[in-house]
Amino acid sequence: MPIDHVACDIVVIGGGNAALCAAMTAAEAGARVLILEAAPKPYRGGNSRHTRNFRCMHTGPLGPLIDDYGEDEYFTDLMTVTDGKTDEALARLAIRTSESCLPWMEEHGVRFQPPLSGTLSLARTNAFFRGGGKSLVNAYYRTADQLGVDVLYEASVTHLELDEDHVSFLDYVHEGETHRIAPKAVVVASGGFQADTDWLARAWGPAAKNFLIRGTPYNRGVVLADLLDQDVEQVGDPTQCHAVAIDGRAPKFDGGIVTRLDCVPFSIVVNKNAQRFYDEGEDVWPKRYAIWGRLVADQPDQVGFAIIDAKSLDLFMPSVFPPIKADTLVELATKMGLPPEQLQHTVEAFNASCGDTSGFRPTELDGVSTSGLKPAKTNWARPISEPPFYGYSLRTGVTFTYLGLKVDTNAQCSIGNRPIANLWAAGETMAGSILGQGYLAGFGMTIGTVFGRIAGREAARYAN
Amino acid sequence: MQIDLIQEARRQAEICNACRYCEGYCAVFPSLQDNRIFSDGDITQLANLCHNCRGCYYACQYTAPHEFDLNLPKALADVRQDSWETFAYPQAIARTFQRNGMMIAFASVLAFALVFVVANWLGRGRDGNAFYAVMSHGMMVAIFAPAFLLPLASLGVGLRRYWRVVGGERVTSAHILSAIKSAGEMRNLAGGHGDGCNFEDEDRFTQARRVAHQLVLYGFLLCFASTSAGTLMHYLLGIHAPYTFWSLPKLLGVPGGILLAFGAVWMFVLKRRGDRHLGSVSAWSGEVAFIVLLGFVAISGLALYAFGATPLMPPLLYLHLGAVLSFFLLTPFSKMAHGFYRFAALVRDAQRKLPQ
Repeated sequence: MPIDHVACDIVVIGGGNAALCAAMTAAEAGARVLILEAAPKPYRGGNSRHTRNFRCMHTGPLGPLIDDYGEDEYFTDLMTVTDGKTDEALARLAIRTSESCLPWMEEHGVRFQPPLSGTLSLARTNAFFRGGGKSLVNAYYRTADQLGVDVLYEASVTHLELDEDHVSFLDYVHEGETHRIAPKAVVVASGGFQADTDWLARAWGPAAKNFLIRGTPYNRGVVLADLLDQDVEQVGDPTQCHAVAIDGRAPKFDGGIVTRLDCVPFSIVVNKNAQRFYDEGEDVWPKRYAIWGRLVADQPDQVGFAIIDAKSLDLFMPSVFPPIKADTLVELATKMGLPPEQLQHTVEAFNASCGDTSGFRPTELDGVSTSGLKPAKTNWARPISEPPFYGYSLRTGVTFTYLGLKVDTNAQCSIGNRPIANLWAAGETMAGSILGQGYLAGFGMTIGTVFGRIAGREAARYAN
Repeated sequence: MQIDLIQEARRQAEICNACRYCEGYCAVFPSLQDNRIFSDGDITQLANLCHNCRGCYYACQYTAPHEFDLNLPKALADVRQDSWETFAYPQAIARTFQRNGMMIAFASVLAFALVFVVANWLGRGRDGNAFYAVMSHGMMVAIFAPAFLLPLASLGVGLRRYWRVVGGERVTSAHILSAIKSAGEMRNLAGGHGDGCNFEDEDRFTQARRVAHQLVLYGFLLCFASTSAGTLMHYLLGIHAPYTFWSLPKLLGVPGGILLAFGAVWMFVLKRRGDRHLGSVSAWSGEVAFIVLLGFVAISGLALYAFGATPLMPPLLYLHLGAVLSFFLLTPFSKMAHGFYRFAALVRDAQRKLPQ
């Protein structure tokens, strides 16, 4: 197949935050850049469309951020959520560089705002994008356009040809035709593989077929698989994904932020047999948000049901789909497809184990717990007794996968023990290099911005 | 009010309330987030509070082709449009004009014709080139006083209905002041960050629409002040038109006319560039016709000043007075009504924000 001539030095694969940061940086260094984005224009931006903030180190008040947030505290937060499964050198690089990223982002069109309602706990650590991630993506596409970056939508890269330690050409499909081009340098920023549910099922097990994908349907890991097949160094547990419990009625893909359910701490959660399976009141919800994805995934049919009563309805953020409502538990069970007698029995047993609820405090660990119940509910345990009763179904929603390309501090990929001369990676596709497990709010955008800029800088240096 | 329009806006507002990414753009979102359940009145208030800056549309991760199919600016514009038609008195006239540029044009021609006929009939046998020789002051008042007062009465009825539906409380000077500040800076077209709004070039933030709107607004207010000054001078001081350039009516009216003319032309250009599907599609022609009429009022007024001493004066005067007449008469039933309802919505929003 002949190689098309295109006027570009660098191809950036992907169209989200990391890809755009790389493209803008390379273009500012004088390189001619082409972005190949698999999604059509309305869906451009990958999972960055769904993001809303950027975790940022700062030694004093910075933009919308108050007080300070030092490198060590940031790193400690990261170590806590990843349980130590973190590459310290890369993590500290990301953390340290994040401080200079914030003004850079503003210069490139991003606008920040004080934290969103319900996220005040992040006012010190996370800078929120005004309008959310899609507005950031829009601003970056505008800036990239002014810098002369070319963008091709609905252009799916299918193959990168590796010639020892060098990418010699790449193939992409656009409007039904395959094209082959040979840029001087390539930056891969095309995310993980979570939208390929077959791959997810091979990695996790058949239950993954029932998972919902919270983000873009375009992160199918095609480029990732192609490179790993050619023995490019990989990193991250290939079987694992980050998953949370979301509204069971959410769309299969792209449900994003609105499908989250914050009702769990005030509820009892049962499986399809109407039996409880975990302490709903273990900790404040943001800290437990992630483990419930796994808990629900382990239940029959990968589904859970959160039940609350009238007195708890206004204690959490509104849900996108209205709860199922009934005047009796039997009616609620029938509406939700649960065995009515068993649900009634489970609720009665739970209610009987509740004690003094006068210390109930919805916003803090209040120690209002059950006694003698297994599993216990250790906070916010109030009887489910005041009609009408409300129910939400819960499913596992996948945020991202951990398997990725291993990079060094220059965001460069490698094969064997040698760097690949003209291949860099940024964003979700290499985040496994830093995050071994767990997730820290806003850190994905930090990795994407920091390593996107590094990849763009290095690729331009090579191409020039 | 049309239940299907309100229901669609409610569906979208509920999704927005679970997302909240846009809360930094304008007053609609903080107001929206005060509720969990939206009554028809809540939706009506949100609709009139929305300035159609479109920031939320271009930032939205749930616009079509996403199955949630969000287009909040349009959903609220449809409710807003319908609310004006519902609250207006007499309602049938509003339904005719709000959505119909052709009808506005037709009414304007009728108004011009009326002015011509009356003026010709009265003007016979007079001479001189002063305005009142062309049309007597008494006749002008006989035509324009009711043309000014009847629409105001009609608007009063509409606003009362609005206030009842949105559950408005007793208004204080603090509420009014807050609304004046917001409207004066057109804060809700500033995008929260001050970069302006999205309109003429998709997701690009510019000050164009905000500035153009304020040119129209301040231009109109100056012209209105000019007319008021003239009226006072006529009745209280006995100083009659035409006034010299260094008189109050001229000092207010000439800059006002220039701002209004320039703003209207700019709004017209922007209006044609913006995506019609982010507003009330059926009202588009009515809105454009209103801008044209407003621009014509300003330009004919300036022309009258420029050519007042030439033989062109009588026809220019008829054209200008005809345009002013139709503008006044159509105020409760055209896009002009938005200013009054928007202001009421800002007052209502101030009641939500300010401590009692």
